[in-house]
Amino acid sequence: MSAEKMKGSKILLESLKKEGVTDIFGYPGGKVLHIYDDIYKSDIKHYLVRHEQAAAHAADGYARSTGKVGVCLATSGPGATNLVTGIATANMDSVPMVAFTGQVSSGDIGTDSFQEADIIGITMPVTKHNFLVKDVKDLALTIKKAFYIARTGRPGPVLVDLPVDVTVNKAIFNYPESIIIPSYKPTTKGSSRQIKNAIKMIREAKQPVVLAGGGVISANASEELREFISLTKMPVSSTLLGLGAYPYNDYYSLQMPGMHGTAFSNFAIQEADLLISIGMRFDDRITGKLDTFAPNAKVIHIDIDPAEIGKCIATVLPIVGDAKEVLKEMNAYLKEESIEAKEPWLKIIEKLKLDYPLTYKMDKNAISPQYVLEVLNELTNGDAFYTTEVGTHQMWAAQYLNHTQPRHFISSGGLGTMGFGFPAAMGVQVANPGKTVINIAGDGSFQMNIQELSTVSYYNIPVKNIILNNQWLGMVRQWQELFFEERYSSTNLEGMQPDFVKVAEAYGVLGLRATKPAEVREVLKRALSHNGPVVVDIRVVREENVFPMVPAGGAIDKMIGERGSI
Amino acid sequence: MRHVLSVIVENKSGVLARVAGLFSRRGFNIDSLAVGTTEKPEFSRITLVVTGEDLVIEQITKQLYKLIDTYKVTDLTAAKHIEREMILVKVSINANNRSEVIEIVDIFRGKIIDVSDKNMTVEITGDYEKNEGFLSLLKKFGIIEIVRTGTVAIQRGTGN
Repeated sequence: MSAEKMKGSKILLESLKKEGVTDIFGYPGGKVLHIYDDIYKSDIKHYLVRHEQAAAHAADGYARSTGKVGVCLATSGPGATNLVTGIATANMDSVPMVAFTGQVSSGDIGTDSFQEADIIGITMPVTKHNFLVKDVKDLALTIKKAFYIARTGRPGPVLVDLPVDVTVNKAIFNYPESIIIPSYKPTTKGSSRQIKNAIKMIREAKQPVVLAGGGVISANASEELREFISLTKMPVSSTLLGLGAYPYNDYYSLQMPGMHGTAFSNFAIQEADLLISIGMRFDDRITGKLDTFAPNAKVIHIDIDPAEIGKCIATVLPIVGDAKEVLKEMNAYLKEESIEAKEPWLKIIEKLKLDYPLTYKMDKNAISPQYVLEVLNELTNGDAFYTTEVGTHQMWAAQYLNHTQPRHFISSGGLGTMGFGFPAAMGVQVANPGKTVINIAGDGSFQMNIQELSTVSYYNIPVKNIILNNQWLGMVRQWQELFFEERYSSTNLEGMQPDFVKVAEAYGVLGLRATKPAEVREVLKRALSHNGPVVVDIRVVREENVFPMVPAGGAIDKMIGERGSI
Repeated sequence: MRHVLSVIVENKSGVLARVAGLFSRRGFNIDSLAVGTTEKPEFSRITLVVTGEDLVIEQITKQLYKLIDTYKVTDLTAAKHIEREMILVKVSINANNRSEVIEIVDIFRGKIIDVSDKNMTVEITGDYEKNEGFLSLLKKFGIIEIVRTGTVAIQRGTGN
């Protein structure tokens, strides 16, 4: 092997190639100049965003839609701190990501040098792990570790902080083929004894419900889940991050549980005698008040992260392992000895689904936001990637879009990050060229990363932004209406909005608008057929609420809805 | 219930911050903490004394394991183990009570390491209960200052 030494910045780029990275999202600055100089010479495609937060979200969307590790890059100090929201978002939703940040020279660390921030300290609680590289000799190994940690076990973001001297100094480039970190050995194969016990419990249960979470999708276990349901004939509810793991409108599907879940999902959970939870973590948006959640159910909890088991609710049968591995093994046993459908239970579910469907009012003159989503279902035939911002539009998108494929619905669940959807959509589109990528936005959220219109315009990233514009911060408004006696403090955006069509046009992006129901279909068709990015400003019914709703901290079968209290 | 957790971590900078950060972020309390290197230079041992219900201790253990730098977490509470903590205590004395203080120090096998007209500094090593017993006996003389190392613990016999 040639013993020629390589500059740290070049080692970084060569390491990224070894990891199969083809696209990165970033923003240059003083302490990453050497890295950018090597990016200039490299064939790795760098997307210049207009704010570092967008780089992190784009890497996130890239990762969620493909399962690959997303990569973002920012300079030291404010560049690094601007990534934090995006890193925290990825951390809460277990997204594999590696974030590289520039840092002041190792000798200057701790002196409050220009653009210095302790990004290791800042991101410790919002990353799976982070590294400060102190010597260029450690660089390649550290990058190898970062990617390995990000993608294995329960995935998550890893940050690598690179003092400028590390990018300038030289070392022999030697990228390890494989790596063992003795203190980090995630369990992927579930205990066979526990799996057999689980099947026994499923067999004996009368009213079981399966809860599928984001872990099913990140383990690429959607096929195995579908087979598992076809073998056991149990109703299955998908959390926000689990949408698409199981066909949304299938007979066994309960759609989404929780605060804005379907009433039939919540009622089924409350009546269940067994919950089989796969890759989900009993978030408070699912459980409501813990003491009242699924009062009659024993819990089988399958998760790759042992710390999730027993964190929120007591588990009768824990199975630590990768959802795909565990489901495969379960399916193998189930094929040997089948389970009979629990007909009385399925009849109850059927009736619940008939009695409590999702409903909304249609008006001839005003556009219902839910209607827009139903038209999108028709026009895309389910073959589109969706991202969302955060708020009422997000919950309608969860409720009304027809989720049929995993990795096709990408939303900030855990952190609830407004401004996530648009940059995430950029990442999805870069990872999936030629596919339809639609960002369902609210007029509030869209303005949180609106500057990225410049990015999609320059690179012609043909993301379709559909703004369900009600000129409110709608979700907060809903809470103010219901719980704060209609005191609409700082949520009414009427008269404060820009003209989104003109904003789009100013950036060189197609801007469209619909103000009447009759215009919706045509406008959406035009947007979808346009070969380039689009902003569609859809003026929807202003005071539409998301129902059903479980008030925060309430029991999930005590919902409020269109017909008053459900 | 009081638990003594022995945590083997990578011996490198920042690991203690990760452990401390984990405790503050998740709202776990640390009663005492002692850190030092082990027989292998690449590892450090963090001995933590924590109080909580079994479920809380289980969560603490799992969350510690989640840190990439954690090798092993052992709850020594259930096993036969030996605990020691060293305390330096400065106590007020006068001509009348000096011999009484010395007597107590002797009973507890403490060591007088500094003495002046008005005060005496004592070094004492023992487990939590012994040390607390010693300090409560000294209280009436007037304790001026206490410095404690935090508890360290080791399993008895051939346990790992």
